[in-house]
Amino acid sequence: MRPLTLSRLFLRCGVLALILFVVVVIALKLGAVQVSLYGLGRDLIRVLLHQSSGISTDYGMIVVDIRLPRILLAVVVGASLSVAGTSFQALLRNPLADPYVLGISSGAAVGAIISLMIENQLSFSPEFAGLITPFGAFLGAAITIAGVYFLGRREGQIDSTTLLLGGVITASFLSAIIMFLMSTLAGGNLRGATYWMMGSLSTLPAKSLLYLLGIGFLVAEGAIYTTASDLNLLLAGEKEAMHLGVDVRRVQIVVYLAASILTGLAVSVSGAIGYVGLLVPHAMRMIFGSDHRMLLPAAAFGGAIALVIADTIARTVVAPSELQVGAVTALVGAPFFIYLLRRRLS
Amino acid sequence: MSTPLRTPMPSGSNPPPEQPRGNPDLRLSVEQASYVYAPNPSQAPLFTLEALSFQAKPGEIVSILGPNASGKSTLLKLISGALEPLSGRIFLNGFPTHSLPPRIRAQRIALVQQESRLLFPSRVWEFVLQGRHAHGHGLRFVTDEDITVANNALAQVGAAHLSDRWMDKISGGEKQRVILARALAQQPLLLLLDEPTLHLDIGAQVDLLDSLRRLAAENRYTVLVVTHELNLTGEYADQVVLLQKGKCLRVGPPASVFQRDLLEHVFQAPLTVEMTSSGRPRVTLFNKE
Repeated sequence: MRPLTLSRLFLRCGVLALILFVVVVIALKLGAVQVSLYGLGRDLIRVLLHQSSGISTDYGMIVVDIRLPRILLAVVVGASLSVAGTSFQALLRNPLADPYVLGISSGAAVGAIISLMIENQLSFSPEFAGLITPFGAFLGAAITIAGVYFLGRREGQIDSTTLLLGGVITASFLSAIIMFLMSTLAGGNLRGATYWMMGSLSTLPAKSLLYLLGIGFLVAEGAIYTTASDLNLLLAGEKEAMHLGVDVRRVQIVVYLAASILTGLAVSVSGAIGYVGLLVPHAMRMIFGSDHRMLLPAAAFGGAIALVIADTIARTVVAPSELQVGAVTALVGAPFFIYLLRRRLS
Repeated sequence: MSTPLRTPMPSGSNPPPEQPRGNPDLRLSVEQASYVYAPNPSQAPLFTLEALSFQAKPGEIVSILGPNASGKSTLLKLISGALEPLSGRIFLNGFPTHSLPPRIRAQRIALVQQESRLLFPSRVWEFVLQGRHAHGHGLRFVTDEDITVANNALAQVGAAHLSDRWMDKISGGEKQRVILARALAQQPLLLLLDEPTLHLDIGAQVDLLDSLRRLAAENRYTVLVVTHELNLTGEYADQVVLLQKGKCLRVGPPASVFQRDLLEHVFQAPLTVEMTSSGRPRVTLFNKE
């Protein structure tokens, strides 16, 4: 017997945090403008000490004002999508569940686009208007999960194949709606269909939205984490979990709402980036096992690491032009999805 | 020999939600409980379990016996608290089972089902520790007590050597014992088993029922077994609840329930009943010709 202890949990999270830090530093260094490691370290320390005025060099500005915010956005979005994927896999008891594959990200995108349209029509103060988009994305995500969940039910039970098919069809239907909205109602700030369907981290959102993203992520991740040991039992089935003492209804509602918030927030600032929520939880499960007390924080760090790497690739491989980060994650994620599906079928 | 597992009563940290309403001297008391399955209220019910009553004491093995579709599993769900009786009450130590919060219910009632489906692989010890969930708090990091209880539970079902094996790499009989060990790790008052011998060969069946009898005596569990195995019931049960098509036909010790006419009528098969030297009934089926 080698049960998980608090000290082992902290140790592993510490190692993952260190890897994330190294990846962030490398990502800061890479790009069209070359940056020395020394200059990078000096500028980062200045930022941490709130002495940004001391940074005068051009590359310092590039690093601090352009690359760093984008990388931090990738950290939070990657962590959100990965934790959302882990949660959906437990909630729907389907290891192939992922916000993108099940159409939940597309639902969030439709919600975000409709909110942007409403914002255009009504005149709100900019601070308030900025909050409508993530709220619309959250609603879009929550409604889509509920829809896919009912599509996936057969004779009162969740059927994993029907669920995946229902999700794929929902995703395709919602993409068509995105295209329709974009081509008929395109306004000044709707960002374009590719952004919503493939995802991108190149547009930095407003500051108020960034704060909301950070706080929302911590609250939702915290809420899901309180159910971590319940999720372990829920994997065996609702009835079995209930007989082992899990308040199944409460856990489902908490995880459902929190995972919708994570997906909604991530999509409202970066569009629908696919497969992070599928790939990362699986990789983390292979390394750390399927205990959600370890898996959830590992998925958060892993998602952050993966998306920072993917975004760095997206902005460097075809420089000075840029790839959509969703294209990079799909290039790796889609074959991996097929591999998992084949392995499950055999 | 391992130490007995059961603690006297749920500890002080988990106060009972309300004052007992039934007779607290009886472990389990089913009082005129009934249930109706109907897709909606305007349609004729698909299945009705008519009102039935019986009681069980600590250390007793009760067999819920009947052919398919007799209402055995419905009765088990009612007793486990998963369903609320349409009428009547089911009390465990004086508390209605249905209104207990899930956590407290799991400290008092453990259910062993036929098969536990696994989405991701887990080790045997991890699986058994799931039984400690209702006794823990927050993130439920495993305590020394949890480990002792889990090890004792595995030892009591003779599966200590399986502890580090993967759940999907052990045999059906071994899995059944591990599932039972998880139920024991819950330290329940009431142990419910749904067709526990269904996928077991005859040797494993006898092993399992021998362990149940020993555990009921050692740990003072009340054990309820849903089954259609006549001879295992005759050999092991202290009390039989005989069901047919949603009706309870007889409650009593095997010797009084196992009457040839009654069993032939219930199971629709010609048979004979004889008493063994130990005073237990034995049933033999023969051809209709």
